[in-house]
Amino acid sequence: MSQDFFQGYKGDSLKVLQKYNVRVWGQAEIDTTRGQFSGTVLPRAENDDDQHIVVKIVTGYNIGIDITTITTMKETGYKKANYKIPEKEFPFTPGLPKVKLFGTGGTIASRLDYRTGAVIPAFSPGELYGAVPELADICNLTTEKVFAVFSENMGPKQYVALAKAIGQEIENGIDGIVIGHGTDTLHHTGAALTFMVQNSPVPIVLVGSQRSSDRPSSDAALNLMHAMKTAGHSDIAEVMVCMFGPTSDEYGLLHKGTRVRKMHSSYRSTFRTIGDTPLATVSRDEIIPIKKHYNHRRKDRDVKILPYFSDKVTMLYYYPGMRPDTLDNLVDAGYKGVIFVGTGLGHVNKELYPAIERAHEKGVHMYMTLQTIWGYVHMFVYDTGRDMMAKGIIPAGNMLPEVAWVKLSWALGQTEDPEEVKKIMLTPINDEITQREPYNGYLVYQGGVPEVDEFVKNVHK
Amino acid sequence: MQKSFNASDNYEKTKEAIGYVARKNATQQDYDRIGFMSGLEVHQQLKTKHKLFCKCPAGIFQKPEDYDAEVIRHMRPTLSELGEYDGTALMEFKTRKKIVYHLANETACTYEVDDTPPFHIDHEALDIAIRISLLSKLNIVGEVHITRKQYLDGSIPTGFQRTGIIGVEGEIYLKHKKIRLIQLSLEEDSCREVSDIGHTRVYRTDRLGMPLIETVTYPDCVNPDEVQEACDYIRFLNRSTGLVRTGMGAGRQDVNVSCRGGSRVEIKGVAHTKWIPELTHNESFRQWALLAIRDELNKRFKDTGKWKMAHVELKGKNIPDHERFLNGNLKDQKLIAVNLPGFGGLMSHFTQPGKMFADEIKDRLKVIACLIPPFMMHSEELQASMEQTEWDNIAKKLNAGDQDAQLLFWGPEDDIKTALETIEERCRMAFEGVPNETRKSFADGTTIFERVLPGADRMYPDTDTAPLPLANDYIEKLSEELPTEVIDRYHQLIKWNIPENTYTYIFSKNHFPLIHRLIEDLDMDPVFAGTFIGHTFKFIEGHYNRAAEFDTKMISGMFKYLKEKGIGFEIGKYMLPEVFEHPKMDFDSVLESLPFKKIAEADILSMIPFLKNKFAETAINHTPENEKNWIMGELRKKAVGNIALNKLAASFNS
Repeated sequence: MSQDFFQGYKGDSLKVLQKYNVRVWGQAEIDTTRGQFSGTVLPRAENDDDQHIVVKIVTGYNIGIDITTITTMKETGYKKANYKIPEKEFPFTPGLPKVKLFGTGGTIASRLDYRTGAVIPAFSPGELYGAVPELADICNLTTEKVFAVFSENMGPKQYVALAKAIGQEIENGIDGIVIGHGTDTLHHTGAALTFMVQNSPVPIVLVGSQRSSDRPSSDAALNLMHAMKTAGHSDIAEVMVCMFGPTSDEYGLLHKGTRVRKMHSSYRSTFRTIGDTPLATVSRDEIIPIKKHYNHRRKDRDVKILPYFSDKVTMLYYYPGMRPDTLDNLVDAGYKGVIFVGTGLGHVNKELYPAIERAHEKGVHMYMTLQTIWGYVHMFVYDTGRDMMAKGIIPAGNMLPEVAWVKLSWALGQTEDPEEVKKIMLTPINDEITQREPYNGYLVYQGGVPEVDEFVKNVHK
Repeated sequence: MQKSFNASDNYEKTKEAIGYVARKNATQQDYDRIGFMSGLEVHQQLKTKHKLFCKCPAGIFQKPEDYDAEVIRHMRPTLSELGEYDGTALMEFKTRKKIVYHLANETACTYEVDDTPPFHIDHEALDIAIRISLLSKLNIVGEVHITRKQYLDGSIPTGFQRTGIIGVEGEIYLKHKKIRLIQLSLEEDSCREVSDIGHTRVYRTDRLGMPLIETVTYPDCVNPDEVQEACDYIRFLNRSTGLVRTGMGAGRQDVNVSCRGGSRVEIKGVAHTKWIPELTHNESFRQWALLAIRDELNKRFKDTGKWKMAHVELKGKNIPDHERFLNGNLKDQKLIAVNLPGFGGLMSHFTQPGKMFADEIKDRLKVIACLIPPFMMHSEELQASMEQTEWDNIAKKLNAGDQDAQLLFWGPEDDIKTALETIEERCRMAFEGVPNETRKSFADGTTIFERVLPGADRMYPDTDTAPLPLANDYIEKLSEELPTEVIDRYHQLIKWNIPENTYTYIFSKNHFPLIHRLIEDLDMDPVFAGTFIGHTFKFIEGHYNRAAEFDTKMISGMFKYLKEKGIGFEIGKYMLPEVFEHPKMDFDSVLESLPFKKIAEADILSMIPFLKNKFAETAINHTPENEKNWIMGELRKKAVGNIALNKLAASFNS
């Protein structure tokens, strides 16, 4: 029980609070060698030191008090804060599409957590309506928390659970699905769901936010509106990632789950379609397709759920001078599949050849992808490429490294027959390998060049 | 409304009824009568190389048209740490503003547009903030926690200002009293506004993120002059460190004012301390007037809860005069007539010089409903913009009673609902008294509504930064390097007999250390040193062109040179303009260019008999006084620097 009274405090600072009988959320008057302080004692983040006590002073600011300076302290009152987004029942509007929001965690719906000092997920239709009432004009929303993990903790188990839940919802007649997701591995999940949920009759939209919803300038609200609009109203029945187009609050982009990648650690417009153009733009008013061909929304419910995933696949990011034991150790550890992320057109150094041969003999499935992110693996151009193919490495076209990892895991979840696996890997399900690369599929503009600066000035970034 | 009603008479009558006095006639009794109370939030930019949370340069400014990119944001209210929505936040959300940021490559990085989390706090800024906190006798915190203070007006792209408390509970000593300090915080400065028209507000981001401190006082000031004195003191204290920025916008203050029974109202961004007395004076009386309006309303309505306004849309031939209302453009705009029951005679109630209660409504409509002026007229204007018969027609349409007032406004359809809510809200507030708000100041001493006053509910811990412990030895080291206190310096200047009219200039430019050096190191007469800086140098600054290379250290260098050469300090007055404009010239050349010639004292004195004869020959009025003045004038040029003028004058008496 004592933990409840001294939330987050440990060691020396806990002893001080106990000594003077001052609780977290208690109003305290504290005498120190640096003068007198008073305010409400707040919980302390778990990873912060045990030498300070956090106090909210009357002006609303927080300060820390060094416990070694404390001469005495006294609790004069107690008032626990109740952090709660005002919940309002999500209204039902006849005629609007039915959309299901699956919660997985991440910053799209979050609130303050004293344990880590960071934000934790919070989420219900009522809370969402309280925070983004505009959603009620777009669709009739129901929500389900599938699990609550941070993006980096999403993995095979979660992909499978999500795929099954989606299948169930589609059978139940939903008009569109939105998945709230942390952004770090949004594109991994996008690929996984593309492979696991095939022939969907409705849009499946993955959405996150780059700025948590506890900030006034958060992209969460607009991203959610865009995602709901897409799920409820768009004709594109594919697995998509819906995030900001420019960093400005203007419009979102719909990216194919297999061709999208997070390209900046913190920008709002971090998600980009690689080697192709996005599917469409989305605003609160309309969805404008960019690509002419896509899978259209259907009335039937003929979805195929293929919830397979092997956890025996790894990735090897090549660097000059990489030694054979890196690969040997992975093989010895029992990995059945390796995605190489090679240099240039898809290369690793000769020193690795013996290890590659050994791995091939042991039946390890090896595929080559690119550090350049853009472009195709071309292993016929140089001898080294041909050597590697002879030793069992299969070029994976212009499949993104992360997508190749997801797909090989998915394939090995179904079969270990090399030919079967190869067929699965090289037969695109939804453009994870494309036949052609449009010239505007590669655009990394160089700032500082006059014509680019002119563009940046006139078009919102 | 009775036909005999005269708005101008009513305005004057209500002004008299609340006992308004102009500031120049106001006494402490007047302020005691209305319970004047005021405190300050003084902002001061720190002189650092970088911004507070990123490595962009600080102190580089762009012209409004000078930018390289634009970013657009909308702000949405979020909960505070204690789970409350803030009133300001909700008001700003109502205004539905599109915020446009102008970015310049030189002064903005991804941090300014909130596309990257904060970097480590600037250490230079932290050092300065702690020094000033120590000078302000504040209790220094054990650990700095960065807090997010919500600002939904868009002045900061994140929607909050990152700010941390450095010290709490301090005090400063004015000439006759002590003012208590609540706290000092270190924070990032906000954007500068370029324009705000309708639903679009434009900011530039050059100033954004520059380190700023805010010193907050208790409301200990009991008259307008005291507020200015306290403000000057805090600014001088900040400048005494030599570590803060000066010039336009480097120091700004918000002034909190209330009268007895009134509410805390914050007058934002007062650029000059000399504006403070007039502003605080008017604000205290504005509140006093609002309380009179409250009393009158409560007299008129037994059950104030039943008060209800009514409105109709005027269409087609019911619109009195197209041209005048909608600037001839009726398209996409609606014209609404509103009846305000019981507000007859109150719309034209005095609030501030030249302003009446109706302006309270008008100002809110502009800010909250984003209407573009002109957008409103009412039945009690001092210069009626419409015939009485037309108002009578409108009153009839609204079924108005004799004690009611009418108001007309027009705007885009989308804004009408917010506008009606705003009018109703402001009128309901009139029953309560003085709304808590922030107000924008004007040079004439009046203010207008800017925002609902935010409270502690807009605070949220910054989850992007870790708490920053301040160790004892770090603070002790900083406290060893502090300048002497401003109040001690003030008493020292008095002791030196330096005239008081130089003090403001000396403190505001932080010249005390220079004067101190001249007196201590060069044995200069204190009055000469004080007046040389406070009068002569001030005059030169105002009348000559300062060269970029000029540094005030050159003043002590110049006097040191004169002392070594055995030349009187008086010549400094003639040398300094040259040094000020051509600091690269050596002092020898400066003297030569005046021109100055070294002449022995005795040689100068020996010229007196000759000049006396000359005077006797040529003068018309032969008084000794005239003789002395004439000879002094003849000798002045030769004497300056060679013999002290008072010594020369004394030689006549011998």
